[in-house]
Amino acid sequence: MGVITDNLGLYADGLLGTLKICALVAVAALVLGIVLAGFRVSPVPPLRAVGTAYVTLVRNCPLTIVLFAFAFGLPEVGVNGSYFIFGAAGLTIYTAAFVCEAVRSGIGAVDTGQAEAARSIGLTFSQSLRLVILPQAIRAVIPPLGNVAIAMVKNSAIVGAFGVGGELYSVANTLNGARGEPALPVYAGVVLGYLIIIIPAGLLLLAAEKRFRVAR
Amino acid sequence: MRFPRFLIEQHQLRPRPRRRRFVTVTLAGAVVLAISSCGSSGSTTGTPASAQSKPTFPANTTMARLAAAGKITVGTKFDQPLFGLKGLDSKVAGFDVEIAKIISAGLGIKQDDITFVETPSAQREGAIQQGKVDFVVATYTINDKRKQLVSFAGPYYQAGQDLMVKKDNTTITGPESLRAANAKVCSVSGSTPAEKIKDYVDGSKIVLFDVYSKCADALRTGQVDAVTTDNVILLGLIDAGGGAFKLVGKPFTTEPYGIGIKKGDVAFCQFIDSQLTAASADGRYARAWESTAGKVARATPSLPALTACS
Repeated sequence: MGVITDNLGLYADGLLGTLKICALVAVAALVLGIVLAGFRVSPVPPLRAVGTAYVTLVRNCPLTIVLFAFAFGLPEVGVNGSYFIFGAAGLTIYTAAFVCEAVRSGIGAVDTGQAEAARSIGLTFSQSLRLVILPQAIRAVIPPLGNVAIAMVKNSAIVGAFGVGGELYSVANTLNGARGEPALPVYAGVVLGYLIIIIPAGLLLLAAEKRFRVAR
Repeated sequence: MRFPRFLIEQHQLRPRPRRRRFVTVTLAGAVVLAISSCGSSGSTTGTPASAQSKPTFPANTTMARLAAAGKITVGTKFDQPLFGLKGLDSKVAGFDVEIAKIISAGLGIKQDDITFVETPSAQREGAIQQGKVDFVVATYTINDKRKQLVSFAGPYYQAGQDLMVKKDNTTITGPESLRAANAKVCSVSGSTPAEKIKDYVDGSKIVLFDVYSKCADALRTGQVDAVTTDNVILLGLIDAGGGAFKLVGKPFTTEPYGIGIKKGDVAFCQFIDSQLTAASADGRYARAWESTAGKVARATPSLPALTACS
């Protein structure tokens, strides 16, 4: 365990790096995922097609391939940028597909009467979705969204292999690979780091679930 | 207008026709055949290491045991162009492999009786300590930390960390020029060169991947301005890059490559050193270089001064 206490600064930097990318991706993926869910239930067929195509393509693609497309595909066609942006964008695109499906299941759980009532008082489709359907739908899908968020935090380890330095998993590479520290305690430290992020996040989600529970 | 609530895809579960499976199997078979038929065309750049007839060694030494067994297991890299690279013919080729053949020949062991096993950087000490290999020749830098776990014969080659840039780059002339050029430098995460380059550039300018081939790709597309690691590894990338890259040619570290053996086996270490010295004297060392790494690096090195066995 001496390895962890001796390199606390390095672990803390990695923890911050992972938190930074995860916070960015969480917000971006939630927004994009909700928009996509709106597309998928939209009365406009082309929007539905876009939503369905997106989910079918991205959800069935390994994350490594998505990240590869960003980190190596974009520069190939002349789009250069920082690997942090590429990595965050790739993880967002991937996570949004799962957010979309979770939110869509929530929309399905809202009673038809709600939509019909919203339409009958003259709300447009987007108004009824935004003001009536989604607020109820999101409440219902907090637990599955939590699952998606936890998976996203762990997936952020893969981003480290695509040029995004300074995240938690790359700390292990530095300590174990370059400095020759024994692997077992080094990776135990990484696990601790992820637990420090995920366990409080899980508790927060549980509290949110209780707070926003729909009375039935 | 009706509010479209559910747009759940219909997943139809229809039994798949059996015929298709047959097609897949035959296709897979054809692919296997095609791959295996390619294998025979690979070339072996073997040194004509004349295996001496039955050398004798003092009893209870590693040499005596290996000579009596008539076979040997050697750890090397399988993914290191010019040094240890496994080809389509499933044979490993490179300078490290040739060095292993020279040492084995000294034990009276023929080329075909050498078993090469893959030892990536992180697994080298373990493989030696657990006796999975008799020795390791795998671009293995001798350093004090590793000496606590294993012993080293040699060094048989002196590498150094260098920079690789695009062919038309004139601003990067050495590690000191990186900061002025505001250059992004690529290396492999968890590698010694990745740590070392921090002396020359800010952490935010270092891009790390899991393999060097990704660095070469990033250099080609202009995502980074330079790639840094041992010069011999860069030579392999330049060779594979088809003339797009060049070596800066100012090594700023010394990386003596040694032959890893079980800790404290002084007699075996001295034996390997004597084989290296002999091979250097009779030209086998130079030929080993010229048939492998020498194809890209023009200058043939001479054997570095050997360090004392301990």
